[in-house]
Amino acid sequence: MSRKDRSRGLLVSPIKNGTVIDHITAGEALNVLRILGITGSTQECLSIATNVESKRMGKKDIVKIENRELRTEEVDRIALLAPQAKINIIRDYRVVEKKGVEIPKILKGVVRCPNPGCITNTNEPVESTFEVLPKGLHCLYCDWLIKDDIANHII
Amino acid sequence: MYHIISIRDFGRRDLDYLLDRAREFDAGECRSATLDDKLVALLFFEPSTRTRMSFATAMARLGGRSIGVDSVEASSIVKGETLADTIRVVSGYVDAIVLRHPKEGAARLASEFASVPVINAGDGAGQHPSQTLLDLYTIRQSMPIDGIDVGLLGDLRYGRTAHSLALALSLYGVTLHTIAPGGLEMPANIALELRERGMEVVEHSDVQEAIRELDVLYVTRIQRERFPDSASYYNVASSYRIAPDLLAGVKDHLMILHPLPRAGEIDPAVDRTPYARYFEQARNGVPIRMALLHEVMK
Repeated sequence: MSRKDRSRGLLVSPIKNGTVIDHITAGEALNVLRILGITGSTQECLSIATNVESKRMGKKDIVKIENRELRTEEVDRIALLAPQAKINIIRDYRVVEKKGVEIPKILKGVVRCPNPGCITNTNEPVESTFEVLPKGLHCLYCDWLIKDDIANHII
Repeated sequence: MYHIISIRDFGRRDLDYLLDRAREFDAGECRSATLDDKLVALLFFEPSTRTRMSFATAMARLGGRSIGVDSVEASSIVKGETLADTIRVVSGYVDAIVLRHPKEGAARLASEFASVPVINAGDGAGQHPSQTLLDLYTIRQSMPIDGIDVGLLGDLRYGRTAHSLALALSLYGVTLHTIAPGGLEMPANIALELRERGMEVVEHSDVQEAIRELDVLYVTRIQRERFPDSASYYNVASSYRIAPDLLAGVKDHLMILHPLPRAGEIDPAVDRTPYARYFEQARNGVPIRMALLHEVMK
């Protein structure tokens, strides 16, 4: 550790095994955890840093999840909120895999349709399904378009 | 398997093909194309007169038979059965399902659980593709659809027929004139989608401003429940009423269409003018639905 690093201290300590999600859009860390289904009642050991200085982004959030390696479909959901996020898979303190996130073409069971008249908001055995378009998320059942505030619609 | 769910699923060639087939059925040129060993389920979980009767008529004209339910009260839905289960069960009885349901996307869901073709006969404020096809068919009986000026008048915010028709017309290089009361304008995302599809969309606040430019005037019902009180409803409804005096100076071939039922949007005196084509339009539901039923079950 350099002298400069010492003077600032370590915000979060390294993890032995698990996943580090870096370059999350500032302020979105808690929403990222929500997407991953990680709540206060789950078992994972978490470290969260928000509004950390970043050369590239100005400010960013970081999330470290111990003993859990994220699967591709989980990672891609994050892209909705944090398209620049970088995923680092850690084993024995080493980064064994580093990947960006990619917004999937179809989101199934990730976002709730805001249209109260949509069939996916009933007791039918069906998951909400949205196609990801440049102008927003398009419900494949009722054609509703979510243009902004996507985090608020995440299930 | 061929489902008919949304007008968005159709390209120009698909629409033209179905319109051609309907014309052949209409002209009696398809006498050998029958469905005499077929059975269709008409599942109508919302009130309907024209759509239900014209599907039943179309099936009977093709020599087939239909069974069905007319309301939620008469079905297992009241016992808490899901639509998905109803569809799976009914799929075992019939060769095709025609579905009307109050929830948007119900027909898409039904197509995922059905083992027979599903035809959407209206899903809430969503899609009603057979209505759009009969609208196009009625226009094409009188003029080529390409490049004409079509006015959409009335409730363009919630009116599903207006949205579906506009999307279909965008495939024909039509100029669309929208004429809607404040608060019932076409949703911005639909207007944007139409423009992205290359359609010219011109907004008007007054029907008089646009009517002389039009080849087709498509009138939709302004629903009373969209207004806070009866006075504001009557104010708006009366200013959007089509009466004979409004028709002075219109194009000779102007067609006035309406998906019906009407609730005062068109003065009955207009019925006697050559422009009134809405009863012919309703009648065209039969050949269109014959073409659709035959297409999914042939």
